[in-house]
Amino acid sequence: MSKQLQFKLVLLGESAVGKSSLVLRFVKDQFDDYRESTIGAAFLTQTVTLEDQTTVKFEIWDTAGQERYKSLAPMYYRNANCAVVVYDITQPSSLEKARTWIRELQRQADPSIVIALCGNKSDLSARRQVSEEEAKKYADEEGLMWAETSAKTGEGVTEIFTAIAKKLPLTAPPSARAGAGRTPTGARSGVDLNKQAPGAKGQEEACNC
Amino acid sequence: MDEEYDVIVLGTGLTECILSGLLSVEGKKVLHMDRNDYYGGDSASLNLTQLYRKFRPNQAPPAELGRDRDYAVDLIPKFIIASGELTRILVHTDVTRYLEFKQIAGSFVYRDGKISKVPSTEMEAVKSPLMGLFEKRRAKKFFEFLQGWKDDDPTTHQGIDLDKDSMKTVYEKFGLETGTQDFIGHAMALYLDDDYITKPARPTYDRIVLYTSSMARYGKSPYIYPLYGLGELPQSFARLSAIYGGTYMLDKPIDAIVTDADGKFVGVTSGGETVKAKQVIGDPSYFGAGSESEGGKMRVVEVGKVVRAICLLKHPIPGTDDSDSLQIIIPQNQVGRRNDIYIAMVSSTHNVCAKDIYVAIVSTIVETDKAELEIAPGLNLLGPIHEKFVSISPLYAPTTSGESDNIFITRSYDATSHFETVVEDVQDIWKRVMGSDLVLKKREVEVHE
Ligand SMILES: Cc1cc2nc3c(=O)[nH]c(=O)nc-3n(C[C@H](O)[C@H](O)[C@H](O)COP(=O)(O)OP(=O)(O)OC[C@H]3O[C@@H](n4cnc5c(N)ncnc54)[C@H](O)[C@@H]3O)c2cc1C
Ligand SMILES: Nc1nc2c(ncn2[C@@H]2O[C@H](COP(=O)(O)OP(=O)(O)OP(=O)(O)O)[C@@H](O)[C@H]2O)c(=O)[nH]1
Ligand SMILES: [Mg+2]
Repeated sequence: MSKQLQFKLVLLGESAVGKSSLVLRFVKDQFDDYRESTIGAAFLTQTVTLEDQTTVKFEIWDTAGQERYKSLAPMYYRNANCAVVVYDITQPSSLEKARTWIRELQRQADPSIVIALCGNKSDLSARRQVSEEEAKKYADEEGLMWAETSAKTGEGVTEIFTAIAKKLPLTAPPSARAGAGRTPTGARSGVDLNKQAPGAKGQEEACNC
Repeated sequence: MDEEYDVIVLGTGLTECILSGLLSVEGKKVLHMDRNDYYGGDSASLNLTQLYRKFRPNQAPPAELGRDRDYAVDLIPKFIIASGELTRILVHTDVTRYLEFKQIAGSFVYRDGKISKVPSTEMEAVKSPLMGLFEKRRAKKFFEFLQGWKDDDPTTHQGIDLDKDSMKTVYEKFGLETGTQDFIGHAMALYLDDDYITKPARPTYDRIVLYTSSMARYGKSPYIYPLYGLGELPQSFARLSAIYGGTYMLDKPIDAIVTDADGKFVGVTSGGETVKAKQVIGDPSYFGAGSESEGGKMRVVEVGKVVRAICLLKHPIPGTDDSDSLQIIIPQNQVGRRNDIYIAMVSSTHNVCAKDIYVAIVSTIVETDKAELEIAPGLNLLGPIHEKFVSISPLYAPTTSGESDNIFITRSYDATSHFETVVEDVQDIWKRVMGSDLVLKKREVEVHE
């Protein structure tokens, strides 16, 4: 039997670096040149199958625009298993913002979280302002995965998500993670509120005190 | 900030966040602001740094308590009733997908100097020391009467009219002792005082049914609790609001609530700029709570005080089978008070503190000018207390309904052990803001695969 593991993945980064575009490319293999800043929906899933037939299902969270006024709720990333922190290679300030997010994750998120630093818009290398060396050096120092991507051409996108998937079950064996972060088993460990209550109809069974 | 909004919401406590989430789903254009740089207002959960900053501004958290990030200490001790109204809202809005819940392991009640488990199975009820053999028989008849009650079948009524007869009449009919009445009224119907006894029995009946159906749902106690603390609840509803277009701004001091010549709401001034909206909803602290009225209108009044002691323990509470989480109710009669004392405890099982730490909050409604002494019967049950943070919070309520000036003010978080009154406030404000009852619609699924 092949295993299926489910992980929560969050996207972080300055507005307009291409977070939503990366998700759209990864999940639907689409790109939109005039994508609007995200307000609204952002909850997608995508599955990656590894060579050993393990399937990794990503539950992907986008910011819903809350970070625009520095008001992203910590709940967003607190129990994440992995985070893709995105910057735009044509905007040095976006790498600074990425560093802030990485510090916040190191402070607040689960210590076993897998963080990937992602330099997006590699198709615009003519206008590059952030060198590969600088970003790679920083990622190495902090123990982060790193890659450049283009949501526009698709370059590097599947690769970065697959690399995360490969890293995840290794750094986060389900058994060792009980009680810390979201258990990557698909089934949640706690109680399921959506399940109908036993004896919710008819009062006969209701009294159980 | 030159846009105009339908509703501005001030404060990111749970009541305000549920409202902004529901209003955004309804299509309202919502701007939600908070003077703090964190979510939750009075219903936040704090990490160690924030906790010490609030209660011990001159002291850094001791290193032996462990990592900051492991802590999410609730300011308000409440649990979610498994079959209650908050659960219904969580499920209908699909906010459950942002949260994970665990059961609270046990519910206990104080009687004659000891604590006993509120029975959760028939076996436990039979063995429970809470009643003698004959009283158990009488209690059984009482519970069978409640279970069998059908509004449209008079043969199940045994001569009782739930809407007219008082609870006293019902207790007397079944010959229940005062100790049993304490247990039923306080540990099951979760009344804080004895005022209910002389009132019609219907609400008490409803509360017992809610308690027992909640107990039946997951088995150990009628309560559930979100991992990482209650502060996750407002944040989750804030995300719901954001997903439906709500705009969020934390760390925004509110300078003024602007009204027109007739006193009607116009907008909110923050950082020298005024944002306009048709209506404003906010917690009492944004409308003069705690300060002298500025010659103008008194918008909120104090209706009581609650004393709360957040206690960090290094052991489970004695006599509770090492429960990792629990509620203990000390009925007022048992300790000669008018209001019950509550203990709510959670631990690392719920990702709210470091391993081997237990966070117990003892609370009650203040009756005297020595509030801390009033919770002593609760504190005494805890064993050695490692750290204790005591606060006395006034409870505020609005003086007007808001329908004439479009200013809608929420109520402070009360001393009850659950969120039912919070949801009542939400429903009440919704009705005043929207002019119609809150009807929960199932949110359409937005997971694409
Ligand atoms: C704290 C406390 C709570 C109680 N709660 C209930 C209650 O919710 N409902 C109730 O009927 N009696 C309740 N009782 C009554 C008590 O359980 C019975 O009187 C006791 O079990 C003795 O019963 P018995 O041996 O005569 O009959 P049993 O053979 O034990 O029970 C006969 C019938 O009573 C009903 N019953 C007994 N106990 C419970 C229970 N805990 N929950 C649901 N049904 C039960 C069952 O339907 C069973 O078929 C409670 C007692 C205490 C002390
Ligand atoms: N050339 C190029 N443009 C990109 C790429 N990725 C995204 N964009 C464009 O950059 C703009 C912003 O992309 P989004 O995906 O909306 O960025 P975001 O990070 O989600 O932004 P917010 O939702 O505001 O936080 C859009 O106009 C995209 O078309 C890329 O790889 N190459
Ligand atoms: Mg986006």
